[in-house]
Amino acid sequence: MVTNNGLVYLIALPLFGALSLLLLGRRADKWGHLLATTLSAGSFAVGLLQLSEMLARTPEARPVTQKLFTWISVGSFNVDASLLLDQLSICFVLLITGVGTLIHIYSISYMSHDPDRRRFFAYLNLFIAAMLLLVLGDSYLNLYVGWEGVGLASYLLIGFWNQKPAYATASKKAFIMNRIGDMGLSFAIMIAFASLGTVSFSGVKEQAHQASEATMTAIGIMLLVAAVGKSAQFPLQAWLGDAMAGPTPVSALIHAATMVTAGVYLIVRSNFVFDAAPNAQLLVVIVGAITLMFGALVGTAKDDIKKALAASTMSQIGYMILASGLGPAGYAFAIMHLLTHGFFKAGMFLGAGSVMHGMNDEVNMRRYGGLRKFMPITFITFGLGYLAIIGVPPFAGFYSKDMIIETALNAGGAKGIILGSVALLGAAITAFYMTRVMILTFTSSKRWDDTQHPHESPILMWLPMAILAIGSVISGFLLYRGEALKHWLEPLFEEHGEHTELLPPIVVSGLALFMVVIGVALAVIKYQLSDVEVVAPENVSVFTRIARRDLLQDDINEALFMRPGQLITSALVKIDQSVVDGAVHGIGKMALGSGSVLRKSQTGFVRSYAVLILIGAGVLIAAIWVVTK
Amino acid sequence: MSLDNYLYLSAILFTIGAVGVVVRRNAIVVFMCVELMLNAANLTLVTFSRINGTLDGQVIAFFTMVVAACEVVVGLAIIVTIYRSRRSTSIDDASLLKR
Repeated sequence: MVTNNGLVYLIALPLFGALSLLLLGRRADKWGHLLATTLSAGSFAVGLLQLSEMLARTPEARPVTQKLFTWISVGSFNVDASLLLDQLSICFVLLITGVGTLIHIYSISYMSHDPDRRRFFAYLNLFIAAMLLLVLGDSYLNLYVGWEGVGLASYLLIGFWNQKPAYATASKKAFIMNRIGDMGLSFAIMIAFASLGTVSFSGVKEQAHQASEATMTAIGIMLLVAAVGKSAQFPLQAWLGDAMAGPTPVSALIHAATMVTAGVYLIVRSNFVFDAAPNAQLLVVIVGAITLMFGALVGTAKDDIKKALAASTMSQIGYMILASGLGPAGYAFAIMHLLTHGFFKAGMFLGAGSVMHGMNDEVNMRRYGGLRKFMPITFITFGLGYLAIIGVPPFAGFYSKDMIIETALNAGGAKGIILGSVALLGAAITAFYMTRVMILTFTSSKRWDDTQHPHESPILMWLPMAILAIGSVISGFLLYRGEALKHWLEPLFEEHGEHTELLPPIVVSGLALFMVVIGVALAVIKYQLSDVEVVAPENVSVFTRIARRDLLQDDINEALFMRPGQLITSALVKIDQSVVDGAVHGIGKMALGSGSVLRKSQTGFVRSYAVLILIGAGVLIAAIWVVTK
Repeated sequence: MSLDNYLYLSAILFTIGAVGVVVRRNAIVVFMCVELMLNAANLTLVTFSRINGTLDGQVIAFFTMVVAACEVVVGLAIIVTIYRSRRSTSIDDASLLKR
């Protein structure tokens, strides 16, 4: 494989930014954001350079590697810290650095009034570096380092305003729930090491077919657990809604466009594992299908604009996971939806941030309304993202989501019909809740009081939104045209036989569009044509109430894990205090007690000692007499 | 005369000595009682030496006398010192070590 010594700069540039901003401290306050943005852009430039070099080579020779240093060398087990840039990673590199740079630019303005802006940019750069390491690592162990790095950056950024206890709790919640996923990844690495003797992607791929299916299934399920944690999939999705406590650019970059899609990357990267383990693959599909419905249902009930978008992210990643569980037929579409989603969802989050910026950080959509007149640019960019996510042709989401629905329908048998219907229904609900967000925010009647003075955001904020909006218009077409992305990624995946088509593509597209129209129409009837209450109505159906509570996921987690966990810990504390401490204290007390009893025999009177000696001697003599008699 | 009588005498002397050590308070008297017990033991040794027809017991009796002499020197010195500092020869007064 070709060696390219330029790969390290992709990571080194943002890492340098993060370290220098953190180490220089307040001295860098004045120019730190500029340095961070420049370095992120520099990393993007390196990525583009790599892409141009890659395009010049034949498909087989496109992957390049760079060995940084020998990391672990024990006997026959060797792990190098090496980077691997292939057709899959370059997609991610460009998404991360491209969207990342735009969000850096946006944040310069968005965070301009925050006294800790430098620290914010340091964390953003740290995130970019860690995420690049995640997608560039050539083994599961290298990936794991990046995986933990993005978890750390996410934790730091969710709790960026940690002076508010609720935000600090949200960051802890995200971190702890992510740990469960991280445990899955570390188990997967351990199983791979124990049974295959290697943890590199190429090594595992070589042995994927010789190894027993049980091994591959175990690795696959553990990788799925990892993906479920990081990508906020069912049943570990509860952290994503609370993660919206972080500044909005963070929600856009980390919790919409890049980090939460790491799970999809992991599954697509491990395609050889899942192809060899059909059961694990089936589980992936089930998780994806459940989450896409779950997120969509939660999205319909949220009044907080960011939480509605977060639920939507969950649902869209559900689509990607679903696609990545469909085998070689779906991998390319999972990545395609991931890329288009990166554009439109990041754009919409930035739009939400722009709305909040103009509305004194109000997040409740019931207190918006009629903002179209006051924020025309935000309206247009958000609207383009909206059209993309609900899947209106020719916007980006149409191509990617349509392909996923089609692939799901063609998965064969009852599985295909169930998955296809879920995906179609999800499309309808997506259209409903996104239209709801759109109407409540921009087009319905004004519901804010006159102390608010909504205004358009400055150019540094709307420019990234505009670029992302352009991306959400054209990216789908560009990636779809002539199956560009599919052919680009093809060398990485195994060949798959032709599937029989359940329905012709045009019918599927028609069905999907029909579902979208239904969703939009329902939302228009409910929110545009009737009045919206400023306070969320209380006398609603039990389903709405459950959806408002995230479908009770927090309650389930608390009832199943948190409270029993607390019980176990408090029981353990009691055991520790009574048994363990009791034993230690008991030994001490015993020594003390016996000492105080024995002390009484030491009277200090010579004559009592003499009596004791006499008695002792008498006893001794008696004993000798008894024994020798 | 049976040699047993020496043993009876020795036992009586030892008992008197032991009772004296336990009962009396005056350090000088206690000291004399200790000597009495030592000499009772000497008498026993010598008697058994006589009964068994060997010299071991008599040799050990000499050793005991030497040790007793040393003990007297050290013991009297201690008693005198205690008397000087405390103006008392009662051994119950010299019970400070228990604290």
